[in-house]
Amino acid sequence: MKLAHIIPFLSLTTAVYAAPLSFDFKDPKGVNNAIFKLDAPLESINGSASSITGTVSFDPDSPAATTGKIVVAAESLTVPNPMQKEHLHSANWLDVAKYPEISFEVKSLANVKTDANATTADATGTFTLHGVSKELTVPIKLTYLKDKLSARVPNLKGDLLVIRASFTINREDFDIQKGQYEDKVSPTIDLSLSIAGAAVAK
Amino acid sequence: MKRILKILALLVILAAVATWLATGANRAWTKTSVQVKTLDEITGIEGITYQKKFLPGVDFLAAAFGGSAVLFGASFFFRKPNNKSNQTTN
Repeated sequence: MKLAHIIPFLSLTTAVYAAPLSFDFKDPKGVNNAIFKLDAPLESINGSASSITGTVSFDPDSPAATTGKIVVAAESLTVPNPMQKEHLHSANWLDVAKYPEISFEVKSLANVKTDANATTADATGTFTLHGVSKELTVPIKLTYLKDKLSARVPNLKGDLLVIRASFTINREDFDIQKGQYEDKVSPTIDLSLSIAGAAVAK
Repeated sequence: MKRILKILALLVILAAVATWLATGANRAWTKTSVQVKTLDEITGIEGITYQKKFLPGVDFLAAAFGGSAVLFGASFFFRKPNNKSNQTTN
């Protein structure tokens, strides 16, 4: 077989079997964040978490095959009032010393719709909070930014993947003060995640 | 002393209300940090950082009114200045 015939064949097989990209969500810029809101009749609590890590496997040619796990350090959950923060971290509420991680492990995507570099889907996976794991399906948006890593982190070449998700959970599903203080601490928690991960070109 | 305590009680309230109004009349709990949002232009993500800043809330006002009430109440434990000696000399 001549070399001229081999090269197109090799490039074809490479394209067919291209491995999905692995995006690391440890953020050097420190902008990745998860926002939580609890709106009770007597009190509204708004805060955020900043220490977010994890990896997501994403194939631009097959977004439906996306899997991965995002982990939030419970210790990084912050509210502007120091006493509220102390209560939030305490054994009565999140017990961050005993349960240091809040995580969401995506197992499958459904209703996948891709338009240019943006993909929307319903992600099903295991959400773990306060040591309790529950199967959840949440709407997510993935934005694939090819070759944009160098614009964000100089001297590094590669791609970026932005994930956005907004969903609501019930704190009683995760054994957090079930049925208690509902006039001051809402039983429902609105969560909003905005994170960017990087896949460094090899 | 009675008068001094009453004036102090009034000053505590006035100072607390003035501080509360000057810092934006925060009607929530007192905050020791405030959210600062920054936009990452590449990803479009709005990052959140916290800046140390004291923002007195309703609990601050309540504590000031409580302190003022204690000062005002304490003023009743002191008698009015006795002017009897002045009257006898006149």
